[in-house]
Amino acid sequence: MSQQKSQKKPVLEVRGLKVYYETPKGDVLAVDGIDFDLYEGETLGLVGESGSGKSTAAMGVLQLTVPPGRIAGGQVLLNGQSLLGLPEDTLRQFRWVKLALIPQGAMNSLNPTMRVSDQIKDVILAHEGKKANNNIKERILELLSTVGLPGRVYDLYPHELSGGMKQRACIAMAIALNPTVIVADESTSALDVVVQRVVAQTLLKVKEKLGVSMIMIGHDMGLMAQMVDRIAVMYAGKIVEIAPVKDMFRSPKHPYSQLLIDSVPSLKERKPLKITEGITHDPRNPPPGCIFQLRCPFVMDVCRRDAPPMQEVKPGQLVACHLYQENQDGSFIDVRDVVGNT
Amino acid sequence: MSEMLLEIRNATKIYKQRGAGGKGSRDVIALQDFNLSIPKKPASIITIAGESGSGKTTLAQLVLGFTHLTSGQIIFDGQDISSADAHQMKDYRRQVQAVFQDPFGVYNPFYRVEHVFTTVISNFKLAANPQSRRALMEKALNIVGLRGEDVLRKYPHQLSGGQRQRIMMARAYMISPKLIVADEPVSMVDASLRASILDVMIRLKEEIGISFLYITHDLSTAYQIGDQIYILYQGTIAEKGNTINVIDKPRHPYVQLLVDSVPVPDPDIKWVGEINLPSDEEMRTSVNSGCRFYPRCPSRMDRCLTAQPPLYKIDEIDHQASCYLYDENEVAVASNKSQ
Repeated sequence: MSQQKSQKKPVLEVRGLKVYYETPKGDVLAVDGIDFDLYEGETLGLVGESGSGKSTAAMGVLQLTVPPGRIAGGQVLLNGQSLLGLPEDTLRQFRWVKLALIPQGAMNSLNPTMRVSDQIKDVILAHEGKKANNNIKERILELLSTVGLPGRVYDLYPHELSGGMKQRACIAMAIALNPTVIVADESTSALDVVVQRVVAQTLLKVKEKLGVSMIMIGHDMGLMAQMVDRIAVMYAGKIVEIAPVKDMFRSPKHPYSQLLIDSVPSLKERKPLKITEGITHDPRNPPPGCIFQLRCPFVMDVCRRDAPPMQEVKPGQLVACHLYQENQDGSFIDVRDVVGNT
Repeated sequence: MSEMLLEIRNATKIYKQRGAGGKGSRDVIALQDFNLSIPKKPASIITIAGESGSGKTTLAQLVLGFTHLTSGQIIFDGQDISSADAHQMKDYRRQVQAVFQDPFGVYNPFYRVEHVFTTVISNFKLAANPQSRRALMEKALNIVGLRGEDVLRKYPHQLSGGQRQRIMMARAYMISPKLIVADEPVSMVDASLRASILDVMIRLKEEIGISFLYITHDLSTAYQIGDQIYILYQGTIAEKGNTINVIDKPRHPYVQLLVDSVPVPDPDIKWVGEINLPSDEEMRTSVNSGCRFYPRCPSRMDRCLTAQPPLYKIDEIDHQASCYLYDENEVAVASNKSQ
């Protein structure tokens, strides 16, 4: 399945994207050269701990980085067209029309003084002009019903909605212009479990109906398992592994991904707790070599010297780790197996 | 002396709506006729779980004495805390410690980590001289797997969220409490570091004999470490019992929905079926009579509107659910108690 995917045409290509934050003591390398593709109709999960750069990366893709942040390099291609360096008014034609965002804490991103319908109307009119006014009410009502909200929400203010309803109103707004790509930044993390499920299922349905591609940012691995097709794991500003969701859960390769999968608490069995130590390096001054070396249980000399390149160890599964060495026949071996034998 | 460490009897907390009279204003019943008891021995981890608005943080605040009951009693070691004098109250504050949700907000960023320990030591006069003070801090940090030389001279921002939360556990431990109220202690800590905090809780329970009131919305961590669980729904107990039994075989329709909705970290097991939420106002209308879950319940009956169902015994000794579906089991625990 992953091979079929890789033959698909990518909608969004990100190449070597770097987003730095300026501080008095030097730049924080929040996103330090990441590459990924997003295919048509695909949902890509972007996971990692807080501070790993997942939201910053998404904002970089949308060209919404604000000072003290800046895009320090790389390429973002939407349907083959480069977004970087486009003037602001050209970019505005892409945002929301092609690239929509469901922001973090979306429920607080609604304007409290405007009715839900007026906010959605704003989005449509801003991009399509006055002529969109004719059948706008029907359009908004249809959007609301797509996300499972009753028609009466049309006349309500945000404070009259519950958290889950507000979140769904934000989804309605995001899909108002039939975007190609939706970026959902922790879109369900502030919700109760049951409500989270309702919102997550709404997102899945919307995605299926419209066939949009989605980048889902989050840290809840359980939710990722339910929602996404591929997962990219970020650590300290870099993508350390990217793989189809099943491969990621069945056989994560990078030690950090392994840690992440292992620490997902289960509701099925009581397992012994897996404790890890360590602290991330100063993001202004990463050590030479691998970024995970300070916390890696398998750290080797080479990790302190050279940054590991991304290698495709299995079709569709890319990992940046020195543990995996390519044989001459192109297959990969785990260095730990070899060391264990000698 | 009482055999119970903490007993909460018929606790009710009503938040009065101020300036009432306008449309939709009403008192909020945050907790209603809540009963809970924690025995002195063996030490245990009691989980209080529920969605936002279920009353779990209200319960924590009541036990910590930040707010007072509208009616009912909280009895600690035989002493009703509402009638405790200043001396007893100080003792209570020593016996019952707290660890809060936000490992960033609880520290004053201008002070070194040491400060959180020295403040407590001088407040409770735990040490006579600097040497024993240092020894106390060192011992407490060792319990949570840290070393004094590594952390004491640091500032809070130099530590990870997990380390900060463990230092809070160490601080609580140093006062040798009998009970620690942990209000969502891991929800703001990265997933990869959560286990270290849960592990400290287990060790404090098993090695030192400290009980925990573990307040969380996350059933999976409760499943990993909890002994008893109380699942609240809008201020009442929906279901309680041994954590494993309750989560493996939930009985109350709400708890079934809740357990079912936790996303399974396995791409091959997807959610089954769809659920619809009634609107917010519908969800709150039945607050005053009958079962509070009625508007959302898939197996509701007319009877559910007449009165709040008591806790019915399921099969195990302590597994109980507040739902008329289990009335066949005949003996309501409530009527048992009144005899």
